[in-house]
Amino acid sequence: MTPYQQRIKPDYNIIHEFVKPNSSVLDMGCGDGSLLESLIKEKNAKGLGLELSSEGINQCLKKGLPVLQVNIDKGLADFTDKSFDYVILNMTLQVVYNPLFVIREMIRVGKKAIVGFPNFGHYRLRLGLALTGRMPKSKTLPYEWYDTPNIRLMTVKDFKTMCKKNNINILKEIYLSDSGKNIPANLANLFASEGVFLLEELK
Amino acid sequence: MAKGIVKPNKFAFAEPPNELVLESGEKLGPITLVYETYGSLNANQDNAILIFHALSGDAHVAGYHSESDKKPGWWDSMVGPGKAFDTDKYFVICANTIGGCQGSTGPASINPKTGKPYALDFPVITVSDMVKAQTYLLDHLGIKKVFATTGGSLGGMAALQFAVDYPERVANVIPIATTARLSAQNIAFNEVGRRAIIHDPNWNNGNYYDKTPPNNGLALARMIGHITYLSDETMHKKFGRELKGEKQFETGFDAQFQVENYLRYKGFSFTQRFDANSYLYITKAADLFDLTDGHKSLAQAFKKCKDTRFLVISFTSDWLFPSYQSFEIVNAIKANRLHVSYKEIESTYGHDAFLLEVEEQTKTIKNFLAAGENA
Repeated sequence: MTPYQQRIKPDYNIIHEFVKPNSSVLDMGCGDGSLLESLIKEKNAKGLGLELSSEGINQCLKKGLPVLQVNIDKGLADFTDKSFDYVILNMTLQVVYNPLFVIREMIRVGKKAIVGFPNFGHYRLRLGLALTGRMPKSKTLPYEWYDTPNIRLMTVKDFKTMCKKNNINILKEIYLSDSGKNIPANLANLFASEGVFLLEELK
Repeated sequence: MAKGIVKPNKFAFAEPPNELVLESGEKLGPITLVYETYGSLNANQDNAILIFHALSGDAHVAGYHSESDKKPGWWDSMVGPGKAFDTDKYFVICANTIGGCQGSTGPASINPKTGKPYALDFPVITVSDMVKAQTYLLDHLGIKKVFATTGGSLGGMAALQFAVDYPERVANVIPIATTARLSAQNIAFNEVGRRAIIHDPNWNNGNYYDKTPPNNGLALARMIGHITYLSDETMHKKFGRELKGEKQFETGFDAQFQVENYLRYKGFSFTQRFDANSYLYITKAADLFDLTDGHKSLAQAFKKCKDTRFLVISFTSDWLFPSYQSFEIVNAIKANRLHVSYKEIESTYGHDAFLLEVEEQTKTIKNFLAAGENA
């Protein structure tokens, strides 16, 4: 197996910057547990993963991570208010059925929430749609429209509007290009392939 | 491949006046536990896995008793060299529970005070008592702390009880297809089974050991139990509406559907290996089981399990102990911020899935245990 350090993706580094050491972390849709493992090892986080796929669960168990097989679309009813320092949803928002409900649950259960998602406003995707007249594909969105797990496609702008409308406070926002380079916020909607947000409940 | 031959062992303890004090306050002794072991205990004595059997199980968890033995132990698919509970690595122990009838002291055993079988003079036992008795066996084997404990159904309840009662004696706990306490529906099924036995005239207040046993009642209890272990889908696939012969219109009410035939056969064959009084005592122990007993809440029960890792497994089609009951256990452990994982395995086998869903269970358990070795 590749050492976990080599599996760290650019967005993981951003999340690492957001998460204070020794925090408790709930990773929703944790997949194979790479991010969670890195947070436990590097940040001394106390972590728990939530994952739907059996394969993901098995990978997490192999890494010795605590992980629960649950469907995050059903929310976090089994978790009490503010029971984690951070609730993370990285590259998973686009597959959930009711994104607003899930984000509300995240800021209820977490003192803070971290959300990372692919930006559908990226100029290449816009061009793709404009020029070919067909739903665009990219590295982060490689599927056909009829077999994609990504059922909720939004832009950075869309996401920020949703937060504003729903009393969700954006504490930090970092944007990344395809190659993992930082993109300034004013150019993000066009040039970011991914956005990572630190959120909290507006009191 | 050569058959793995295993021999049952006996361990006797609780000789009066040092009887085992039961949860009820009553005393039981002397006690014999029949147990089997697989693999070998390492020098550090830290590779033991204690398996608890379900209601009708026994100490014979894997392997064969002789070369001519046709059937392996009840969890042979999961216990053995290279299997989920890998006997090349681990020292696996399984004992027949007290109150049982497969060699350990139970209602059919001779009461030293009367020289006759205990029958209903056998005290009421609980899951806590079953587990306590097995700690004496661990002491006898020189094992202070087991690497893991596990079991399905009633065995899972015992594994949980072991973790709660002796948190310092276990590193990893894998409760499978089980619950922290029986639901009203669970108790209801058990009660119907017990009524079937008690209403059999041969039961005779439990005194039948020198006469014909209440086989009709016990068979009926097993038939009811067996239905709860299967699923609608399995029964449909296995039997459907298949008939034994031509459709009959007769008043004998003989078994004409294959499913009737099958249940009758299951019921009858159970009477050949199980004692009706043991069925009463063990189902009662299951009914009385409640992990919260002696604690303020279910979460409080796990408070002392600080260094224990838990892996809770349930099955989608298990309607006897549905997944929500497993998740209740997960929530209680999680409330203490302890290490807990949960897997709900997709299966059509119903409650029996813990005996049949080998591949996915093996992957899950192997990964969990391997990581536990480095924890």
